[in-house]
Amino acid sequence: MAALEVEGLTRHYGEREALGDVSLSLAEGQTLVVFGPNGAGKTTLLRVLATLLRPHAGSVRVLGSTLPEEAWAVRGRVGMLGHEPLLYRELTARENLRFHARLHGVDEERVQELLDALAMGARANEPLRTLSRGMVQRVAVARAVLHDPELLLLDEPHSNLDPAAIELVAPLIGAGGEDGSDAESTRRRTRVICSHDPGGDIARADVVLGLRAGHQVLLRAAVDVDVDEIAELYR
Amino acid sequence: MYGKGLRTLSIATAVALTASLSLVFFYAPLEAEQGFLQKIFYVHVPLAIIALCGFVLGGLLAIQHLRTRDPRWDMRSYVVIHMSLIFAVGTLITGSIWAKGSWGHWWVWSEPTLVSFLIIFLLYATYQPLRFAIEDPERQARYASVFAITAGAFVPMNFIAVRLSTAYLHPRVLGSTSNLPGPMALTFLISLLALSLLFATLCKYELTAKHTRAQLRALRRRLSGETSAPTRPRSAAPSLHHVTPRARAARGSAL
Amino acid sequence: MSGVQAPARPLQRTRSPMRTVGLWRTVGALLRKELLVELRTLESIPGMSLFAVTTFVVFHFALNRGSVEGDLASGILWVTLLFAAILGVNRLFVADADQGGFDAFLLAPVDRSAMFIAKALTLLAFLVVLELVAVPAFALLLLGTPLGPALPWLLVTLALGDLGVAVIGTLVAAMAVRTRARDLLGPLLALPLFVPIVIGGARAVAPLLVQSHVPAPAARWLLTLGLYDLVFGLIAYALFDFLLED
Repeated sequence: MAALEVEGLTRHYGEREALGDVSLSLAEGQTLVVFGPNGAGKTTLLRVLATLLRPHAGSVRVLGSTLPEEAWAVRGRVGMLGHEPLLYRELTARENLRFHARLHGVDEERVQELLDALAMGARANEPLRTLSRGMVQRVAVARAVLHDPELLLLDEPHSNLDPAAIELVAPLIGAGGEDGSDAESTRRRTRVICSHDPGGDIARADVVLGLRAGHQVLLRAAVDVDVDEIAELYR
Repeated sequence: MYGKGLRTLSIATAVALTASLSLVFFYAPLEAEQGFLQKIFYVHVPLAIIALCGFVLGGLLAIQHLRTRDPRWDMRSYVVIHMSLIFAVGTLITGSIWAKGSWGHWWVWSEPTLVSFLIIFLLYATYQPLRFAIEDPERQARYASVFAITAGAFVPMNFIAVRLSTAYLHPRVLGSTSNLPGPMALTFLISLLALSLLFATLCKYELTAKHTRAQLRALRRRLSGETSAPTRPRSAAPSLHHVTPRARAARGSAL
Repeated sequence: MSGVQAPARPLQRTRSPMRTVGLWRTVGALLRKELLVELRTLESIPGMSLFAVTTFVVFHFALNRGSVEGDLASGILWVTLLFAAILGVNRLFVADADQGGFDAFLLAPVDRSAMFIAKALTLLAFLVVLELVAVPAFALLLLGTPLGPALPWLLVTLALGDLGVAVIGTLVAAMAVRTRARDLLGPLLALPLFVPIVIGGARAVAPLLVQSHVPAPAARWLLTLGLYDLVFGLIAYALFDFLLED
């Protein structure tokens, strides 16, 4: 089953087109990396896939369900990490994650699991406003994968993270099977990543999409793309 | 496409208004107590009725917008509410003049219609600031619709509450509209018809103008290449994501 | 499930897409979060209560009266409560809009009406606590008549009024919070909408605040309040979800 099937997706912002006629398809377990300058529509695309925005034209099918009519069937199977951490600063990491666990019907043991994986230690019980941005970003990642989504949408996931943190976080947002865990977890997760780092992220990609001013300029298997073409987008 | 029938409507309005004015000044008898000033009743009450119906209609149009997500319904709702607000101000002004003339005060709390209108005016006066404060056009339209529906339901509720609160203070100063003698009733009805036509014509004008301008902008964008179009400055008025018919057919979608 | 705990251990991959969290569970989760945030920040409740008491003092100086009764007392009480309520309305969604974000809630497999119910209940709770402080303060500082005999009907009227303020307040708060002039638009939208509550509430309470025998309030005012609560409760419930979307 294709995880994503997008055909002619268009979305307006008033009279301007935020996304114009975008089409792509992604199989289950694949990783799509989206490149493009600011304002190209990457975030809009991600939000449409997350069911947060409705398409104005075209068709979108996520995990087999048509949006926007069947959006309810997709929620809970999608995890998103956007620009905002979506966490309450006055609450602790543990309290924030517990709250999200309840919203998703997830057991609370999972919260402890993630806190351990992030090596938060005692900081997990302090209000988020006392933590550094890097640590908050880690908790945000945990929030995004808490309910073990089939589709993971990441908008520049490595922002604010130092290399050590990036390492900690990798198994959580990875496609699975990278950490030698048991057979169950090797079933790969589908991912869409928005990125500004052509060098690093092409390696992770199966498919690459280039956007400029809302239109798709490039859509190809990652092996067929080189870094210079991506750099062109930003000119 | 949108201007269809506009000329007919305008002519009908002009005719009706002329007829109405003639009736008011030359046909309707002078009222015993209040004299000439009473004739303002033929303007004040129709304005009030039309404004109230307009506000409720704005709410109904907003319901359609939320159901279909088509921005054209929001445009209609916006124009109708906008026009009703103007008619509401007219109601307040004519009511005030009438109150001054027959009771000596520019404002009377004992007249429930006037008081209700003041509250409704204060409420709907926030409609445009609310719209202006939201930049994302789709969200602006959606929030405006929620407001229009809430406010539309508020209008009758408010009337009931205010009526109850003034009922036991003084008898109605400005008189009721029932039991009108023949000539007065006829004049009133023609007046109501004329002002309703005026309302409809003005709304249609505004809708046509907005649609035309949006189409023009879409064509300009198409000619110069879509990416080079500057974004419109922030505005309280709804925007239509107008697509030229050929492009719409190519996309195969209904807006 | 047993086995080695790998960090990204999948949970029930084969669960059906219809797994959603029930309405009241979600309301419970939201209420717990609201309570936690309010206890940590103590923004709304102390502010509202203090505002009410200070306003009574201001009224004393503004009206140059040591004690009030009847219409005047009723009016002062309702106006003060409403303006204090507006403070709570302004703060109601701020933490969500600025930090927690509505997105996380929108992505969860929950019944979205839970947000409206939870927030309205929160506002209602704030109002109750406000009144626990404001009504005794009013009786102490300004009220010239005994509070005791008036209390039962006063509480009934306040309860009806609070429901109306809670539903309209929640709707208006959600409308205003993600706009540019959020602190200004909230009160501007709310006050005209509150007028029927003032009419019903003040007219109902006025005859209670008298020296001699306290009658029951006129039924029409209580009915007005009840009708208002019902109509706007339903409308707000139906429309709220449209405000949550991006």
